[in-house]
Amino acid sequence: MPRPSTFATLLLGAAGLAFAASLLDAVRLGTARQPSRNERRALVDKLGLTDLALFTEARYTRHPSQADLHSALQDHPAAFDHFPTGALLAPPPHLTAPYASLAGKTASPD
Amino acid sequence: MHPWLEKQRHLIDFTLAALARRKAKNIGLLAAYALLVFVLASLALFTQALRKEASFVLAASPEVIVQRMVAGRHDLIPPGYLEKIGRLRGVQKQEGRLWGYYYDPVVRANYTFMARPAEEVASGSIMLGATLARARGLQPGNLISFRSYAGKLFSFKVAALLSPDSELLAADLVLLSEDDFRAFFDYPAGHYTDIALSVANPQEVRNIAAKLANALPDSRPILREEVLRTYQSIFDWREGIVLTVLAGAILAFALLAWDKASGLSAEEKREIGILKAIGWETGDVIRMKLWEGVLVSLTAFLLGFVAAYIHVFYFGAAIFKPVLQGWAVLYPSFTLAPAVDGLQVATLAFFTIFPYSAAVLVPIWRAATTDPDAVMR
Repeated sequence: MPRPSTFATLLLGAAGLAFAASLLDAVRLGTARQPSRNERRALVDKLGLTDLALFTEARYTRHPSQADLHSALQDHPAAFDHFPTGALLAPPPHLTAPYASLAGKTASPD
Repeated sequence: MHPWLEKQRHLIDFTLAALARRKAKNIGLLAAYALLVFVLASLALFTQALRKEASFVLAASPEVIVQRMVAGRHDLIPPGYLEKIGRLRGVQKQEGRLWGYYYDPVVRANYTFMARPAEEVASGSIMLGATLARARGLQPGNLISFRSYAGKLFSFKVAALLSPDSELLAADLVLLSEDDFRAFFDYPAGHYTDIALSVANPQEVRNIAAKLANALPDSRPILREEVLRTYQSIFDWREGIVLTVLAGAILAFALLAWDKASGLSAEEKREIGILKAIGWETGDVIRMKLWEGVLVSLTAFLLGFVAAYIHVFYFGAAIFKPVLQGWAVLYPSFTLAPAVDGLQVATLAFFTIFPYSAAVLVPIWRAATTDPDAVMR
């Protein structure tokens, strides 16, 4: 009967090999899927797209990067957000990071 | 064999024999441990792949999008704006874009309509995203009618479908000619939805945006870097939400592992006492326990990670997809290219292997340094 340590070494070796294989497979799969990524990028370039079509239920979730800063209150003042994605969408950048407000930064007096 | 190696092998033999005496308990622990690693690794791999995908494809999006704001809302770009922007130094190309949303009551979903030049899409025909075509059961050559917001019915012929590979971006997209777009949405002539700018020198993008804000104070420039940042933060946020939901499970496991690793049962204490009484050194006892911690946590990490990799990249992360991607009536189907971040894997490995191995050591060291007689009693 093999010693338990032989069994453990074999098991760990196999798991280690599977781990290494998954890392190698990531490279292989990445190369194999690159053409379709390039195709997506070409489409973005051609159509000038700005967003992923992940959440299509409201305009500020379909195009989060193009949504105006008041989109959460779009229906009436103080309106609650009623789309489920809204709860799973990140808060607008100006609340989490300094928003690059380019409006109103005039060099000359009005 | 080298005597040191032989000694370690004997220690491992002994450890495994001891673990095998409490087989069900230890296998259960290993399974729960591997499951936790699986969940965390799936989450990390999936969000990382989505982040990479978003930053790769959106790197080709327009450098600056100019919107016009009226009372805090996005409004149409009136005639004359394109010419004004064209006069700004550094702007290579400016293009008025026409796009908008359409709610289709048939499938209760929103579509994104976008106008394209006549040489791409002929008048009277449309090109559709593959997800939308699937939802409406459309093929090239079919006819489809949409009732416009003005109440008029418009019929279009499906000229072609967009590649299924592009579903991630074009799930709900309807491309139609400019004339059709203006007629369908009753768009006033000369007006645009927004303007896409190309800038000759990438270093100049911020300056152009500042000049733009000066020249057209009611405009809101959206830079490509902001678009990219938006997507990074969306997936960070979602990863955070799932982690928050999982926090309870992670803490429960931490408690279980801590309890298992640090609280020695009377039986284990007696075992250590006997080992010491028959001549084991404190160092040997600690080494034996260290092997136990490393074997359990390393096996759990490797199994959990490999299972997570297969789950995410071969089964499309079926468990987390709804939360991380969001949901929608028009749900794109897509495959992600793996993006394994070395630092992320190393962090996960460190936080799964190290604490358990360390937690095993402290009580053993305490028990192993006390007098065997006192421990056995």
